[in-house]
Amino acid sequence: MSLNSLVEIRDLNFTYDKRPVLQGINMTFPKGKLVAIMGLSGCGKTTLLRHIGGALKPTKGYVKMDGQVMHELDQDGLYAMRRKMGMLFQFGALFTDMSVYDNVAFQMREHTDLPEEIIHDLVIMKLHAVGLRGAQHMMPSELSGGMARRVALARTVALDPMLIMYDEPFAGLDPISLTVIGDLIRRLNDALGATSISVTHEIQESRKMVDSVYFMANGVIVAEGTPDELRASDKDFVRQFVHGEMDGPVPFHYPGVDYRQDLNLRA
Amino acid sequence: MAVTNIIRAIGRRVVDAVWRIGVVARFFFLTLIYSGSCFRRFHLIIKELFSTGVMSLIIIVVAGLFVGMVLGLQGYETLKRYGSESALGVMVALSLVREMGPVVAALLFASRAGSAMTAEIGLMKATEQISAMEMMAVNPIARIVAPRFWAGVISMPFLAAMFSAVGIFGGYLVGVVQIGVDEGSFWSQMQAAVDFREDIMNGIIKSLVFGTVVTLIALFEGFDAPPTAEGVSGATTRTVVTSSLAILMLDFVLTAIMFRGA
Repeated sequence: MSLNSLVEIRDLNFTYDKRPVLQGINMTFPKGKLVAIMGLSGCGKTTLLRHIGGALKPTKGYVKMDGQVMHELDQDGLYAMRRKMGMLFQFGALFTDMSVYDNVAFQMREHTDLPEEIIHDLVIMKLHAVGLRGAQHMMPSELSGGMARRVALARTVALDPMLIMYDEPFAGLDPISLTVIGDLIRRLNDALGATSISVTHEIQESRKMVDSVYFMANGVIVAEGTPDELRASDKDFVRQFVHGEMDGPVPFHYPGVDYRQDLNLRA
Repeated sequence: MAVTNIIRAIGRRVVDAVWRIGVVARFFFLTLIYSGSCFRRFHLIIKELFSTGVMSLIIIVVAGLFVGMVLGLQGYETLKRYGSESALGVMVALSLVREMGPVVAALLFASRAGSAMTAEIGLMKATEQISAMEMMAVNPIARIVAPRFWAGVISMPFLAAMFSAVGIFGGYLVGVVQIGVDEGSFWSQMQAAVDFREDIMNGIIKSLVFGTVVTLIALFEGFDAPPTAEGVSGATTRTVVTSSLAILMLDFVLTAIMFRGA
């Protein structure tokens, strides 16, 4: 494992119900960098993220994080490794029975013996970093989608993780919230000296914030490079995805019987 | 061919049922194993005691009052035929303490607190809160399931006792205040006939068993629910149906063991 990389994935294969979901994935996530994984829905991006988090065991190959092969760890080892990680879920996954403050304080209370006064200061600092110090007493049901995502972000970085994973961090956000979240992801990554992996469809915002991109389709990596390199790519799939073209390697029409036959027309 | 298919379908159902019992048993043992942390942080159990126990009080008290009043009316009508109206207190108290209290309170607990637990955990799963907890290196069985389990087990005997107490008061209202049964006979015969070990303790044991079973079913169904609206609604229904049947079956078994030849 390279000294400069935090996460390495080698020849990762995953089969679910006899269906290959990931095939021969090789990736490297350098320390301090923000890397995006892009691709169509169902191409295996979230499954890949779950392998990095140790939630799934690969059929073949491995994910190595900070020198440890994730699927070889026992539960204690896995939990010890997860304390070095943070994950932002698609819609925040805030604990709905806890206030904003308690959500951010949750990991501190679970994993540390810090006195409540210090936890208070840390929570306030984390909430201030995402601009929601004033919302500390609100419940998740009172927050807008963008605010919930920012609280979840504060909770994700509560224990200053080495690795931060984002699962569709921009899903369902308005343009302002989208810019705010994108900016926060970049700034938090740099301020914490962390390594970030973002699974996303968002081309424009990702272009501004990420250092490099992996493109996935049907469980394999089809392209990789910097956002500008991929924007200039002549690969059909990448071009269709980046420019949002209706038809191409990903067809507009789902495969079916002949159109005329479906309309009961005679040739 | 049709016979083979029927046998195969029956076999599959039996295997599935045995498999599910095994999964529930594993879930139960894991809950017991990971219970230590919630006893060290007892405030987690207290919070759940409020939502499962205290919040169930109103339905328990109202139902207990009406069941007791009905017992008072029916009991009086029956006992009057044999000139034993003065034994009304005994009849009401024994019916409630031995049977109605633990059983009806458990049925109400299953439909109010049990269904709420299943829906809450099912929704936590559907909204990725449980996955988030796992990713934070927090064991959801220790943090979510164990406190709720012990809150259910602890609150059930208290709810059953409350049901019986209010039920006896309901029987008193109808029998003594409304119909005019002698108040002294009502209370004194009850005091003489109700045995602490034979009746009250057995009632408490029943309610502890029902509390354990209902809470376990509710938590397992929530944890096992498919993370969809349909999945959560199906799990909630299964909690109420399975718990109700389990309570009635277990009540027969426990009654047979406790009161056989007594």
